Amino acid sequence: MDDVVDAPTRQAAEAVARRSYGKLIAFLAARTRDVAGAEDALSEAFAAALAAWPESGVPRNPEAWLLTAARRKMIDTARQRHTRDGTAEHLVLLAELAEGDGDDPEAIPDDRLALMFACTHPGIAPEVRAPLMLQVILGFDAATIASAFLVAPSTMGQRLSRAKAKIRDAGIPFRVPVQHEWHEWHERLDAVLEAIYATYAEGWVDAGGTDLRRRNLAEEAIWLGSLVAALLPQEPEALGLLSLMLHAHARRNARRNAQGRYVPLAEQDPALWDVAMIDQAEALLSCAARSHAVGRYQLEAAIQSAHGVRRRSGRADWPAIEQLYDALVAMTGSPVAGINRAIAVAETRGPAAALALLDGLAGDPRLAQYQPYWAARAGLLARMGDRHTADQAYERAMGLETDAAVREFLLQQRLALVTADPPGPMVRYDEPPPSQERPWPGPTSTSGKTAT
Amino acid sequence: MQYMLLIYTDEAATPAPKPGEAVTISPAYVAYTQALHEAKVWRAGDRLQPISTATTVRMVNGRSEVLNGPYAETREQLGGYYLIDVPDLDAALSWAARCPAASRGHVEVRPLWTMS
Repeated sequence: MDDVVDAPTRQAAEAVARRSYGKLIAFLAARTRDVAGAEDALSEAFAAALAAWPESGVPRNPEAWLLTAARRKMIDTARQRHTRDGTAEHLVLLAELAEGDGDDPEAIPDDRLALMFACTHPGIAPEVRAPLMLQVILGFDAATIASAFLVAPSTMGQRLSRAKAKIRDAGIPFRVPVQHEWHEWHERLDAVLEAIYATYAEGWVDAGGTDLRRRNLAEEAIWLGSLVAALLPQEPEALGLLSLMLHAHARRNARRNAQGRYVPLAEQDPALWDVAMIDQAEALLSCAARSHAVGRYQLEAAIQSAHGVRRRSGRADWPAIEQLYDALVAMTGSPVAGINRAIAVAETRGPAAALALLDGLAGDPRLAQYQPYWAARAGLLARMGDRHTADQAYERAMGLETDAAVREFLLQQRLALVTADPPGPMVRYDEPPPSQERPWPGPTSTSGKTAT
Repeated sequence: MQYMLLIYTDEAATPAPKPGEAVTISPAYVAYTQALHEAKVWRAGDRLQPISTATTVRMVNGRSEVLNGPYAETREQLGGYYLIDVPDLDAALSWAARCPAASRGHVEVRPLWTMS
């Protein structure tokens, strides 16, 4: 934003943008199916506000002011298009958009949930769903999203525009699916939750909080999760996902020490965990449990809860963690859950049993480039005293790691192999929550993104 | 598709061994190179000697001009490269992110022109 714009105006505009961007886009796009058009109109409305508000003062209801300005802009654009291609469809859209002009300005209907369902529609490629949601609900620009998802900015820009064109041209509906059609409803809701969790996982990677924008990404995902949980309070998985993210986020300050070094979950100081956030996560989880419909996010939240037990008892509830991973593996068949189950088994039944479980997963070619698999393997081998094989596995894990702090941690583990008496160091790579969600590397990857 | 990962780092921050001195490769680079090999994407890669060893040549009006030093004096200098063969840019970027230099300097990813 421009320097010539005075500070109160800019602050007011930024506050509205933060609070209501998605709501305004959702309102405009739901009535036109034109997400890109809605974004253009709203950005022009913001520009108009920055020009007008210093003179006229910030309006009593800035959202309504912006909505009116954006709506007029969209109607103008639609009229021009109508005269050009002369379709009747635009007349209908125009009427819908114009409807409500002069309504109570306070009552802007909240179509954000419908917009989220449109962004995660089966017609939209899975790898674009989370980025699309970040852009249209939160107003992130393509370059920021591209950085977070490790994609070239130009590629991300193209993917986003293609997705928006698809929504418009294919007539992807802006509505919350019918909830009594059980199967469709759950598939669609899963897609929304998955996109939110993918966003959280991208934010989680930057544990040091060195990248300010990306740390916000984890918080924005929690915000989206809260929104969905608030709009669908009867959905246990929506509550489960929010609980899971809050549990993980409660430990954000404990994941690095004062020198910026990586601190594995088992060595974190529970005093640094955010107790209020954990309490909130626990409350959500017990609320979800009342509906007796267990799902993957509730299971994962329960696993985090069992890790959190260490706060009071000094030890994580490993038997419970093992059981919960058993259930998660049975439910999802995810080899990532399988790795984490093996880590739990190392605590309950020893490293040999855990290693046998990992060996059972080794046939999956995607694991060859999956860092947590090699780190877990290395830790187990070290604990069994097989220094040479452990060293090779640590080296493999280092080579696949993107985070310098974790890479350094793995190096220290390797060096400790030489000095430690058997049984060597414990398994120390157990930071499960979002790593489960890390997209898969290798040939079957849909997004081409690799795991860290 | 082949991509060149061009590694730019600040030489002053990581002093290179003097010419003649034994070259040691950091465990991070050894591990990274090994991971590229294991994934069967490695085609080539080497570290370059420090910019103090660079000589730059150009022809001006048919006459040669030879200068001591690198082409451009910038804080971060080209210090090495990897050539990898991966399906697409997304995959190349994910390997670039794993390169130890990505945490300290910059890794530029460029596709090769493929002559056919």
